[in-house]
Amino acid sequence: MLANKQRKSVIRPCLQDQIVLCLDDVLMLLFGLLIAYPLLYIIFASFEAGVSTLTLNIFPKRWSLEGYKAVFEYKWIWVGYRNSIGYTLVGSLIGLAFCVLAAYPLSQPDLDGRGFLMGIFVFTMYFGGGLIPTYLTMRSYHLLDSVWVLLLPGAVNVYNMIIMRTYFRTQIPRELKEASQLDGCGETRYLTQIVLPLSVPILAVVGLYYAVGIWNSYFDAMIYMSTRSKMPLSVFLRDLLILNNTADMTAAMDPDALASLQERQNVMKYSLIVVSSIPMFLLYPFVQKYFVKGIMIGSVKG
Amino acid sequence: MNKRQPAIPARHTPRMERIWKNRVLYMMLLFPLVLVVLFRYVPMYGIQIAFRNYQPSKTIWTSEWVGLKYIIKFINNYQFWTILKNTLVLGLYGIAVFPCSLILAICVNYLRCKPFQKTVQTISYLPHFITTVVMCSIILQMFDAKTGLVNAILGVFGVPQRNYMGIPSAFPHIYVWTNVWQDIGYASIIYIASLAGISPELHEAAMIDGATLLKRIWHVDIPGLLPTVCVLLIMRCGSLLNVGYEKVYLLQNPMNLKASEIINTYVYKQGLTSGLPQYSSATAIGLFVSIINLILLVTVNRISSAMTGNALW
Repeated sequence: MLANKQRKSVIRPCLQDQIVLCLDDVLMLLFGLLIAYPLLYIIFASFEAGVSTLTLNIFPKRWSLEGYKAVFEYKWIWVGYRNSIGYTLVGSLIGLAFCVLAAYPLSQPDLDGRGFLMGIFVFTMYFGGGLIPTYLTMRSYHLLDSVWVLLLPGAVNVYNMIIMRTYFRTQIPRELKEASQLDGCGETRYLTQIVLPLSVPILAVVGLYYAVGIWNSYFDAMIYMSTRSKMPLSVFLRDLLILNNTADMTAAMDPDALASLQERQNVMKYSLIVVSSIPMFLLYPFVQKYFVKGIMIGSVKG
Repeated sequence: MNKRQPAIPARHTPRMERIWKNRVLYMMLLFPLVLVVLFRYVPMYGIQIAFRNYQPSKTIWTSEWVGLKYIIKFINNYQFWTILKNTLVLGLYGIAVFPCSLILAICVNYLRCKPFQKTVQTISYLPHFITTVVMCSIILQMFDAKTGLVNAILGVFGVPQRNYMGIPSAFPHIYVWTNVWQDIGYASIIYIASLAGISPELHEAAMIDGATLLKRIWHVDIPGLLPTVCVLLIMRCGSLLNVGYEKVYLLQNPMNLKASEIINTYVYKQGLTSGLPQYSSATAIGLFVSIINLILLVTVNRISSAMTGNALW
């Protein structure tokens, strides 16, 4: 690496290259602003108290916490939060368990019928029953309005499974298995005591993939669930943010502090966007690191 | 080959013995396999209601067989061409994320100041982690006719205020470019990883030959990224008609429906939200999409395999 750097410095970039590199800097600065500006706008708008008509100035003219007050006083947000956290935790664990159970055997080169079994999984990536037959199947299993309908069908995620299989195959040395077998270690014990402790990074990656997927999903809950108290956060968010069923919430806000209904709705929505994204942003540094890692492993063609 | 075989004893054991030895592995595999069969393959079996006049009061078996009636009915539907066109427009236009993220990856790769590079990357991944529902809400807020940021920015240039969410012709642009905004950074990760894998010797050789930076990007980096791009594009074609319907559904309103009704949202409305659920008809349309997707996947994979040697299988 060091030698590399020294060699590079010998060849001085020509004028054209220097101009291009400077343009690149400027371009990326603009790009960063383009991504960050709307996000900052949302955060500041959630504290806005004054008239929020067309303005490019993102700093609030008058700071207020009215929006957050309305959000925190609305009971269903907390029900949704609790449900979503529950679904995410339990769903990720179930997903991880099934993922390991599929990926580990399929990563063993001496397993007969490996290609065929793998094919059974991979086929579902490209072809499926579609919305209605899936719905009718769930209904025939009596899973409608049950929490399991949100946890079980997504548990075997083929994409995650392939990533994990690639990791098992490339990162766990084959010799370990032979050595442990000589010492009389069975398959289950080898998996739980040797392979899994060595696979913490990939378990974190896949666990996060599951968690983000479950946390973000709303469509399944919208289709299958009907009891309001079992709904995940995203369904309540859709109600409030997209369908504008905000009467319950805006009623709780101080009518003097914020003049019009539209204004109150706006402030409340921005606050809600911020509040509902907090878990993701708190986890972000962690999430970012492992997601990037997962993509690197996944891109090693399996 | 023959000389090396004794070194691998596994090759010598007969098949049945090997299977017996691996019985624990098969038992492990049984759990996910059962789940996949129950939740993925059983619904596939239910696809046959596309060819039957399925009534909720009857079972799949006792429903009357009607053949291709529902698929033909859908193709003859007056909305068919509009819906298909909308789906294709969003699907094909949505490929814009690919070149954009490719360009971003190259731009990020050549930033000289490492902390700046890191910051740009971190910021660019951030929007990917915004939930679909929240993302759609952000879009609606930003494009709001009275208080939206977009109108504020365009107002600086003297463009009058408009309700962009209500203009059908604006819908594909809003959908695709907000997608680009959300996913460009995340999609670029894989290219940045591939760029790191390109041998520096190629660059050095090119530099000694007097190649400028732009030439090196064109003749070294782009060919190096081609295999990755091909594989990703093939996979994308396999879901060309499965446009992100969750997002489209949330952004729909009666005014932009002319451009925003796509096959998947139509299926959902036909099958599950209408007062008289038309299971068979909706399943037939869904099947139509799945088959086209499958055909596209296989075709594109063939073409790519023949032309560039890159293929999924």
